[in-house]
Amino acid sequence: MSGKPKLYYFNGRGRMESIRWLLAAAGVEFEECFLETKDDLIKLQKDGSLLFQQVPMVEIDGMKMVQSRAISNYIAMKYNLYGKDLKERALIDMYVEAVRDLNELLMTHAFQPADKKEQHFANIVDKATNRYFPVADKKEQHFATVLKDHGQEFLVGNQFSRADVQLLETLLMAEECKPDILANFPHLQSFKARISNIPTIKKFLQPGSQRKPPLHEKDVPKLMKIFH
Amino acid sequence: MAGKPKLHYTRGRGKMESIRWLLAAAGVEFEEEFIETKEDLEKLRNDGSLLFQQVPMVEIDGMKMVQTRAILSYIAAKYNLYGKDLKERAWIDMYVEGTTDLMGMIMYLPFQPADTKEKNLALIIERATARYFPVYEKALKDHGHDYLVGNKLSWADVHLLEAILMAEECKPDILSAFPLLQAFKGRISNIPTIKKFLQPGSQRKPQADEKFVAIVRQIFNI
Repeated sequence: MSGKPKLYYFNGRGRMESIRWLLAAAGVEFEECFLETKDDLIKLQKDGSLLFQQVPMVEIDGMKMVQSRAISNYIAMKYNLYGKDLKERALIDMYVEAVRDLNELLMTHAFQPADKKEQHFANIVDKATNRYFPVADKKEQHFATVLKDHGQEFLVGNQFSRADVQLLETLLMAEECKPDILANFPHLQSFKARISNIPTIKKFLQPGSQRKPPLHEKDVPKLMKIFH
Repeated sequence: MAGKPKLHYTRGRGKMESIRWLLAAAGVEFEEEFIETKEDLEKLRNDGSLLFQQVPMVEIDGMKMVQTRAILSYIAAKYNLYGKDLKERAWIDMYVEGTTDLMGMIMYLPFQPADTKEKNLALIIERATARYFPVYEKALKDHGHDYLVGNKLSWADVHLLEAILMAEECKPDILSAFPLLQAFKGRISNIPTIKKFLQPGSQRKPQADEKFVAIVRQIFNI
């Protein structure tokens, strides 16, 4: 009985957001079951739904999948967002892992103690602008100069992939931290515009979609109660 | 020019060790170039070899691959250790993520402040015996096969063996409540390629000691 995938998580971004992005980009409708209290989590743990007692968990194709990477890999493969061969997959994986590193930094920002926040933020901005964005931008530039026609629009293999989705997600998150963070990356700016205009993604970016807002400091105590 | 894969990392386990295990299990010979000083790392960074300025980096099939998981996925797929279809891959991924989390905790232990070591070690043992090992014990029990997924050796089995041995270094009798994992350990250790890797003189690296921790801190500024 394969219905829509069903996502189990709290009502926020965290480690489930990339999965929401990927499903949305693939045009796959999904349902969500939100954990509001610690008891909700305990119930899932007790009924054996969580392989390692943790969320995210996604019910999909008869499986109760856990571990965000495993889930993302499965969705990407199933919906042809993972390149056409092993080498393209390798390149996609490299980009996705790096973008995930940056995502982790951004995600943990709200959880930093007040005295560490400024340094943490400086670290994020530094890594984004010096380590991660130049690479993506260089690739973009390479494609732009080598092939002047509209062919090379995407990061890998001239085809829309999860790398494009996850980079866009991270660019938008980084801009929430520092609105002009893309100031020196014109190709990333045009990438952002281009990918945002893909119909499935455009829909996901509109108000009322299942995309979640950034975590606010006032939400942190509630979250800590559920997970600690 | 397809030569042997070449691994760039420090002369220790860290994030490269799982890659060494997987190549060894697949029977693939590899070379290693060790980063001994900060200058070695700078040189790699300056000559553009490191896509995101980080190691591990593995030269393989004309690529300079970075990001541990990307490298491991590539090797697993190339050498048929990633299951036969999408669903088997999903299970392998889930199992590997579990053992990655466990080994990650153990890996960082030598780098944590001395006064937290005891607490962290206790947490590792608790997680291993209450969260992770029960899952793999049950998987083996449920299907009764020799391997975790698809009745065939996969990346998940290699990774689990690596995790078991690392956990035993923390607490030698940590498998006492897991008879199937004990048998699994014996079985997988006896696979010829793995048996060879477990022998002295192989490219398997020892546990980090204080001296090595100091070197790593120095090289990576941590």
